[in-house]
Amino acid sequence: MTADVKNEPTRRDFLYIATGAVGVVGVGSAAWPLVDQMNPSAAVQALATVEFDLSTVEQGALVLIKWNGLPIFVRHRTPDAIAEAQGTALADLKDPAPDSARVKLGQEQWLIMIANCTHLGCVPEFDTGVFRGGWDCKCHGSQYDSAGRVRSGPAPKNLVLPPYEFLSDTLVKIG
Amino acid sequence: MSGPSTYTPKNGFTKWMDSRLPILRLVNDSFVDYPTPRNLNYWWTFGAILSFMLVVQIVTGVVLAMNYVPTAAMAFDSVEFIRRDVNWGRIIQSAHAVGASMFFAAVYIHIFRGIYYGSYKAPREILWILGVVIFLLMMATGFLGYVLPWGQMSFWAATVITSFFSAIPLVGDGLVQLIRGGLSIDNATLTRFYSLHYLLPFMIVGVVGLHIWALHVPGNGNPAGVEVKDKKDVLPFHPYYTMKDLFALVVFLLPFAWFMFFAPDALGHPDNYIVADSQVTPLHIVPEWYFMPFYAILRAITFNIGIPFTDIVLINSKLGGVIAMFGAIIVLFFLPWLDSSKVRSGSFRPVFKGFYLLLVISFIGLGWLGSKPADGIYVILAQGFTAYYFGYFLIILPILGKIETTRPLPNSISESVLGPSATREPAAATMQGAE
Repeated sequence: MTADVKNEPTRRDFLYIATGAVGVVGVGSAAWPLVDQMNPSAAVQALATVEFDLSTVEQGALVLIKWNGLPIFVRHRTPDAIAEAQGTALADLKDPAPDSARVKLGQEQWLIMIANCTHLGCVPEFDTGVFRGGWDCKCHGSQYDSAGRVRSGPAPKNLVLPPYEFLSDTLVKIG
Repeated sequence: MSGPSTYTPKNGFTKWMDSRLPILRLVNDSFVDYPTPRNLNYWWTFGAILSFMLVVQIVTGVVLAMNYVPTAAMAFDSVEFIRRDVNWGRIIQSAHAVGASMFFAAVYIHIFRGIYYGSYKAPREILWILGVVIFLLMMATGFLGYVLPWGQMSFWAATVITSFFSAIPLVGDGLVQLIRGGLSIDNATLTRFYSLHYLLPFMIVGVVGLHIWALHVPGNGNPAGVEVKDKKDVLPFHPYYTMKDLFALVVFLLPFAWFMFFAPDALGHPDNYIVADSQVTPLHIVPEWYFMPFYAILRAITFNIGIPFTDIVLINSKLGGVIAMFGAIIVLFFLPWLDSSKVRSGSFRPVFKGFYLLLVISFIGLGWLGSKPADGIYVILAQGFTAYYFGYFLIILPILGKIETTRPLPNSISESVLGPSATREPAAATMQGAE
C-alpha cells in the first residue's frame, strides 16, 4: 500500500482501466446486435428491381407502381408540361434543380419519382393543387410542380428520384 | 408514507409478516391511513381514475393479444375476427380502443388540474416530472397501438410519425430506416410495434409506482395550495377518499360505457376500416383526437427559421415543426422552474386565472384545428394558439409571479374549509412534516 503513495500509475491502475475498457466494449458489442436487428433485414435489403412497360402509359397519364414497398409515380408528361417545367426560373424554387436533373436525357416525357412527400411521407394528389400537372400533398399542404419540385409548404426537398434506367424506349428498370 | 407509520399489526400472522415483508404496512400507510387533505375536490379524483384505466388497458390488451395476429397479412382480419367471432370480443376490443380515448381524456384533466393548482411547485417537482414521463410513455403506447389494426389510418399514422425522425439532420434518414426496418412501413414495422406496445404499459406501471411514491412523500397538494399543518387538515384516505374516488370513477364510467356499448367507432376514423395500402394516402389524414393539439402545433410551423436578411436557413419548416411539437411537451418538464409565483393555487391568483383560461382555450383550439385542413385561416389560427401556448410557459409564468398581487391565503386547510372562524388547536397538536 505504501508503494502506491508515489502517485505513479501502478500495474493495478492499468488493470483497472483495462478491465473497465474491455467491459465497456463488451457491453457495447453485446448491445449492438439488439439494436441492429431493427435495421432492414437481408430480405428487405436484397433490393428487388422492378421492370415496367411504359407503353401502357398514355401521354398525360400518371400511374402508381410499387418498388421496395414504396409507391412510385410514373408520369408521362405532355410537351406543354415539359416546356413549363423547363421554363421555371431556378430562383423560384425551394430546392433548386433544373428540369434536366429530374429526368433522363432524351426521355424528358418520363418523370419517375418516389411518391412520398418529402415532408412526412404522404402520397400527394396529382393535378389538384396550385401547379397544373403537379402534385398537392393533402396532409400538410406541400405543393409540387410538373417536375415534382417542391414549390411551397413544409416539405424541404423535391420528390425523390429512385435509381432507374431505360432498357429500351418503352421498358424501364427501377432499382 | 408522509410522517411516521401508524400501522400496528393486530394478529399473529400480520405481526409475523410485518417483521419479514412489511407489505401490509406499505398498503396501510399508502392507501388506508394515508393522511389526505380534507379539502380535495373532484379534480383530485383523476389519479385514481387513471390508475383504473391503466389496469383496464392492460387487462383488455393481454386478452386481445391472445387473438390478434401481428403480421401485415393477418392483422386487419384478426381484429375483425376478434370483433365478430371471438366470444365477447366486440366488447373487449371496444373497451380497449375506447379505453385509450378515455385514458387520454382523464390524463388531460389531470394535467390541467396540476397546471391550475400549481401541483408542480416545490416540493413536488419530481412528482410532476414523473407525470410528464408517464404522459410521453402513454403517447408512445397509444400511437404504437393505433398502428396494430393495420388500417389506412394505422399505416399513414405510422408513415407520418416515423417520418418525424427524418427531420433530424445527418442521421435522420438512417434512423427512420432503423425504426421502420425497411424503406417503408411494412411487416417488420408492425411486428416491432406490437412488441413495444406490449412492453411500454409495464414501463408505465413502473413509473406510476414512482409517481405515487413521489406523491406520498410530501403528501397531496390541495385546492387551497397551503400545506398540511395539523391533524385537523387531513382525513384518512380510507374510507373518505376511496369512496370519493369510487364515486367519481362510476360517473366517469358512464360515458366510457356509452361509447363502448353503443358507439365503439365514434372516436375513430372510417378510413381505418380500409386495409393498409402503401400506394394511397387517405385524402384527409388526422390523428386520434388526443394527439390533435400537438399535430396542430406541428403543422403551424410553415416557415423556415434563418438568419434575418440572408438566405441562410438554420431550421427548415419541417424540422421546426417537429421541434415545436416535441417542445410543447418538453417545456412541461421545466414548468416547476418557469413559474415564479410563490402562491401555489391558481384560486388566489386573479390575473393568472385569465391567462390560464386562455391556455385552456388555446389547447382546445389547437385540438380543433388539428382536425382541419392545413391551409388558410386555420394555419394562422394555429400559429396564434401555438405562440400563446409557448408564451404562457416561457414568458407569462416567469414574469407574472413577480408582478401579480395575489389574494390572501387561508392560514390552513381547515380554515379554507370552515372559514376564518375555525379556531386553531394548540401548537402541541401540530403535525410534524410539511412546512
